[in-house]
Amino acid sequence: MATGSVEEPNRRDFIVIAAQAFAGVGAAVALWPFIQQMNPDASTQALASIEVDLSPVKEGQAITVSWRGKPVFVRHRTGQEVQAAKEVRLGDLVDRSARNDALPESAPATDPNRTKKGKENWIVLVGICTHLGCIPKGQSLNDSRGDYGGWFCPCHGSHYDTAGRIRRGPAPRNLEVPTYEFVSDSKIKIG
Amino acid sequence: MAGHESTYQPKSRFERWLDERLPIARMMHAQFVDFPTPRNINYLWTTGGMLTFFLGAQILTGIVLAMHYLPSAHDAFSSVEAIRRDVNYGWLIRNLHAVGASMFFLAVYIHVGRGLYYGSYKAPREVLWILGVVILLLMMATAFMGYSLPWGQMSFWAVTVITNLFSSIDSIVPGLGTRIVQWLWGGFSVSGTTLTRFFSLHYVLPFAIVGVVVLHIWALHTVGQNNPTGLEIKTKSDSVPMSPHAVMKDMFGLAVFMVLFTWFVFFLPDYLGHADNYIEANPLSTPPHIVPEWYFLPYYAILRAIPNKLLGVIAMFSSIILLCFVPWLDTSRVRSTKYRPLYKGFFWLFIVTVIALGYLGSKPPEGLYVFWARVFTAYYFIHLLLVLPIVGVIETPRPLPRSISEAVLGAAGGPVSVGAASAPEKR
Repeated sequence: MATGSVEEPNRRDFIVIAAQAFAGVGAAVALWPFIQQMNPDASTQALASIEVDLSPVKEGQAITVSWRGKPVFVRHRTGQEVQAAKEVRLGDLVDRSARNDALPESAPATDPNRTKKGKENWIVLVGICTHLGCIPKGQSLNDSRGDYGGWFCPCHGSHYDTAGRIRRGPAPRNLEVPTYEFVSDSKIKIG
Repeated sequence: MAGHESTYQPKSRFERWLDERLPIARMMHAQFVDFPTPRNINYLWTTGGMLTFFLGAQILTGIVLAMHYLPSAHDAFSSVEAIRRDVNYGWLIRNLHAVGASMFFLAVYIHVGRGLYYGSYKAPREVLWILGVVILLLMMATAFMGYSLPWGQMSFWAVTVITNLFSSIDSIVPGLGTRIVQWLWGGFSVSGTTLTRFFSLHYVLPFAIVGVVVLHIWALHTVGQNNPTGLEIKTKSDSVPMSPHAVMKDMFGLAVFMVLFTWFVFFLPDYLGHADNYIEANPLSTPPHIVPEWYFLPYYAILRAIPNKLLGVIAMFSSIILLCFVPWLDTSRVRSTKYRPLYKGFFWLFIVTVIALGYLGSKPPEGLYVFWARVFTAYYFIHLLLVLPIVGVIETPRPLPRSISEAVLGAAGGPVSVGAASAPEKR
């Protein structure tokens, strides 16, 4: 063993470092299946789409359907509710992004951007509060709809307006608008 | 402390034979029979033994319950009902386990409060204290996953709300929080897949707790127990052997606590739970008012007091993580609050704050409740981050007794007569 001066790295040092690196990479690779097994599997991910008949839903009523294990709100808005949603200025919103899966992230959260053109009286939303995942109240006629006439999450007090946009409370984002299309005048396909 | 001289003498030939090969009896004797215990510890020092008892009891009743429980979304709810109605003595074992969790937390909160009051976290007990915070966090994770298993409405929505806490990471790295939450769930919402993995982890985590408890006791027996004066053991007369003195006291404390425990088990088994948990989980309907178990209410109040999602989550987690830094946040030169006239008031205000947050956490998040939750949340952090460092500097502590013996025996126990006063206790 050399004393005092700095030792030159030799072949043994190289072998030790290489072996450690090899073992480290091997351990990381072996860990991967154990992490990945917890992710949603292919059968869960297989994107199921559903068709919903809107004809029985009268103006002012709403229905909740289940899609990918999540509740989806479909509300037939009154002219007053549509008007109220359209009059909101963008500057008054907590979250200014449309959160519409069919539109880019940068689309502003105007009422037209959260509905389909010519079908503004219908709004379709994933009914999961963006705070901590509770299901907001407001689907049933005798529910509390919060201070903005849309939905109210009873868990932590988030108020959504008639376009499902967060107006007050701890939720950070507007209710998500899933990808959907009108397959006929009174039927939509979600997913 | 670990180096005190043990009086262990192997008595039989077998003990001598074993002692030369595995000196486990010698170690147990040194650590749990003639281990020097401060002579002045009060009944608050019996909580450690209680906690060991409850850890063992929860594991035992848990193993039995797992023999009858079915961890699937379809069967979980009805199998818990079957345990309560059909399984022989299932009602008893299930109640022992459910109420036992509450009693475990009650004892642990008294244990932590005692540590805070008597400065048991101060040098050289920092590692001991941090291991305690780790145990507390593991207990919380275990209790949370255990609560999901009956698969009632409260179980389901508690899992939904708590796992969604991680989605707040989305506001730092977009998409990452959602990925983490879906990884935890194994799907796009809480489902039977989530239940099964929680069952697996709920079974294994208590054994991790046992491991950390062993480290906690090891650290305790290395630095020695604190006591109400906060003074170290200086002479032999400051201490008594753990057995029988401390052991008998522990057993009496435990017996009294068992009266409370069994009273709940036999007469009020559901009082500490929520009635909604007897409705089977329904992913399409949130109960009008979600509350966690009572032992999580203060943290829940902190979460809801802050109107920003990410900051609320950060505040909730840091309310516990901050405890790890208390040994360095507290600048006082004396350990025990008994000798800290100014800090004493702040300490009790802190206790009132935690209890008030617990009350507010059980109330709906509106009106005055939110206002007061914010006030008390503010004080919780002010206490840990400002009061502890500042009061320690500006306060003049009351004079400390010269030794544990003097504190116990008064003037007669002064250094001169120490030998005489403690002579009858000579070991």
